[in-house]
Amino acid sequence: MKLTTTVLATSALAISAGASFAEGHLADELTLVSWGGAYQKSQQRAYSEPYAENTGVNFVWDESSSEAVAKLRAMNEAGNITWDVVDVVAADAIRLCDEGLAMEIDHDEVLADAPDGTSASDDFGDLIVSDCFIPQIVYSTTFGYRNDLLEKAPDSVCAIFDTDTYPGKRSLEKQPIANLEWALICDGVDISEVYDVLETEEGQDRAFAKLDTIKDDTIWWSAGAETPQLLADGEVSIGSTYNGRLFSVIEEQNQPVSILWDWQMFDLDGWIIPAGLPEDRQARALDFVKFATDTQRLADQAKYISYGPARASSAPLVGKHADLGIDMAQHMPTDPNNAQNTFLFNYEWWADYRDDLDGKFQAWLAQ
Amino acid sequence: MNETGPVLSADGTPLKRSLARALRREKFRAFLLVSPLLIFILVTFIAPIADMLFRSVENNIVQDTIPRTVHVLRGWDPDANDLPPEEAFQALYLDISLAAEMKRHTRLGSRLNYEKSGMASLFRKSGRGVGKFDADIYTDAIEDMDPAWSDPATWAEVFDDADTRAALPVTAGAWAALNDHFASQGKELKKRDLEDYLFAALHLDTRDGAPVDDPGVKAIVAAQAATPFEPLDYQAAFADIDEDWVDPDVWKTIQTYAASYTPGYFLNSADLQLTPAGIEARPENERIYITLFQRTLFMSLMITLSCILLGYPVAWLLANLPARSANVLLIFVLLPFWTSLLVRTSAWKVLLQQQGVINDILVWIGLIDNAGRLVMINNQTGTIIAMTHILLPFMILPLYSVMKTIPPSFLRAAKSLGATNWTAFWRVYFPQSVPGIGAGSILVFILAIGYYITPELVGGTQGVFISNRIAFHISSSLNWGLAAALGTILLAAVLILYWAYDRIVGIDNVKLGG
Repeated sequence: MKLTTTVLATSALAISAGASFAEGHLADELTLVSWGGAYQKSQQRAYSEPYAENTGVNFVWDESSSEAVAKLRAMNEAGNITWDVVDVVAADAIRLCDEGLAMEIDHDEVLADAPDGTSASDDFGDLIVSDCFIPQIVYSTTFGYRNDLLEKAPDSVCAIFDTDTYPGKRSLEKQPIANLEWALICDGVDISEVYDVLETEEGQDRAFAKLDTIKDDTIWWSAGAETPQLLADGEVSIGSTYNGRLFSVIEEQNQPVSILWDWQMFDLDGWIIPAGLPEDRQARALDFVKFATDTQRLADQAKYISYGPARASSAPLVGKHADLGIDMAQHMPTDPNNAQNTFLFNYEWWADYRDDLDGKFQAWLAQ
Repeated sequence: MNETGPVLSADGTPLKRSLARALRREKFRAFLLVSPLLIFILVTFIAPIADMLFRSVENNIVQDTIPRTVHVLRGWDPDANDLPPEEAFQALYLDISLAAEMKRHTRLGSRLNYEKSGMASLFRKSGRGVGKFDADIYTDAIEDMDPAWSDPATWAEVFDDADTRAALPVTAGAWAALNDHFASQGKELKKRDLEDYLFAALHLDTRDGAPVDDPGVKAIVAAQAATPFEPLDYQAAFADIDEDWVDPDVWKTIQTYAASYTPGYFLNSADLQLTPAGIEARPENERIYITLFQRTLFMSLMITLSCILLGYPVAWLLANLPARSANVLLIFVLLPFWTSLLVRTSAWKVLLQQQGVINDILVWIGLIDNAGRLVMINNQTGTIIAMTHILLPFMILPLYSVMKTIPPSFLRAAKSLGATNWTAFWRVYFPQSVPGIGAGSILVFILAIGYYITPELVGGTQGVFISNRIAFHISSSLNWGLAAALGTILLAAVLILYWAYDRIVGIDNVKLGG
């Protein structure tokens, strides 16, 4: 009796499992990888909470985005991929795609059209920097300064090299990217020639020589939270960090800090789906990504954090901050007033020169 | 009667053998008891570490990704300063085409980029570029002759024959590699997967005739005998992708790193580099690792010393106070253990920075003026202070447990025999506490040498450790070989120090408790 019930139950389960497979079974758990902090919080409020409400999917978060490439490589070697959707910067997405670790997608087929019918690939435009990359936000690395510690408000990024007019310590990221570009721009190199100059030995020496002039006045950061803390404590008078962090220092914590948008360095952040997922998990990941990157959802994220939505069609929908009630459009790095002088992180160039320049940069730091 | 014969046990076997068997069984049982833990440690600890360390010399990626090119380059003399022969470019075309199909070419590019800047984009571009070579002339010519060649089934049939494979080695190799790749992916080979490079390979194999029976291949050979296919200039085609391919230095780099095992990573760890001309010192502005190793050892020693200086009196107090107050004090010692490492490190920032609590107090009481605030963080001082605080419990606890076992009566006896307080401490108490110092020092030193979060946050430019670079190469630059080499050197340094300690102090002299 008992045996027959078990057999019956098992076969019923098998049949129902078979049936749901036939109609495209979706996994009911989704492991998302992101950066933690306020950024991940904004993703939870804009994307995962509404999605969970609609579908009942259970979300598992892993704050490993800074090591995403290393970990995905290791998972791939071990043959066990535990992540479903991974938030990475564009440079990492390109690397993962090139190595076959991320799934290539057809953006028009997989992602939603804009409300006016524009196809996804047109809506995202140039921001689709790789076949695997699903853009999400545009952010920038730029400078914040203390109003009360500087007599004159700086209007150019070159203020960081002018310690007479703008006294006090500076904070810069402990890596060559962006710092060398700023050094050359302020040494009189035209933006269009920066990378050509930086390719040569003399150009690199020139950039390091420029950085030498403020080496003793600089505190080097490696975590995004450091500059906001240093600014809030008055430890530095001007320092670079991500624009969202500065927004939070200024608007949420009401510190006497302002943003200097001159020559902000744009970068992109977005989703990738690891290659080789089982069918049900991949289907779920695609379904989530389609939802999370539609025009409205991308505009929603800007309610919680000051990063620009990657879709052109989302820009007009950006409204007020959910908790503070302030207009977010003017705080976006992409706002025309803020984006007068910008440069985009040159992925391909840095892929070539990063190993070399990083070695030189570290040796220069240690001298 | 049995005086000369062996002693027998109850069942008649010699006692000696019986005893040996019993002992063996005993040992086996002991081993069985230990084996779960042993297997666990082997699988989850020793094996991964060994695997990681092995990467410091392993360099199969070049050989595996571009095997044909490596083979041709074996016969190439780099000193002549000429480009390698046309065969090398032909081999490279096949290798990169196949590698691009398997998405392995960019990984090789990143690998070689560690040695020469520009290789990453060179391989990336070439992976796209080889698909646009004019090799479609061969595809068109061969498919025009017999449309069956556009069907994978034809290829499978032709290359099923061992004689054909031997007669057409280049094509057979490429075809086998392609098939293996699709089989490993569980995918089926379709018409569009038969790309130009297969036909180009077929051309290379057949242009001077080929001893085959297969009628299809024979037709190709015959056609070429009548009117040869237009030869493709592979070198020019690669030069079209990027001028770097006609730079002999690029080829020298590939040849230098073609071996399956390379000392390159270890040389890099010692600020040297492997060049086509031999081992050379790195340029002055790129040397960093030796400085970092020295700094790591020096700072770890400083931290260990300050832990001894600060920890010894505390442990003494703990061991000699009445139990109730000692327990309260012990909780204070353990308290930092229950606080997050990041919180403790950040707290030090708040205390030590120039606008921080300590400087504010010093300015307030007038010891220093506002312009002369002390720099106590983002340098070596900050690292030593923060890490001494974090590692102090590891010194105090072994010291305390050893001091607990020293009977107080010894000191009283020494004094009653006329020793001064100092003599009694130095001649009687201290020697008995040395095993605790030894245990604490080993713990603190080994932990300090591998620390990287605290130095990264409070070390500035002068206080970072070698482990910061290891972490960087593991998670950012993905140069796992170099990270493994640095890790191996660090491990070796610890083992050497351990050995030296054993020789000088004696490892039997280390105690973690009574």
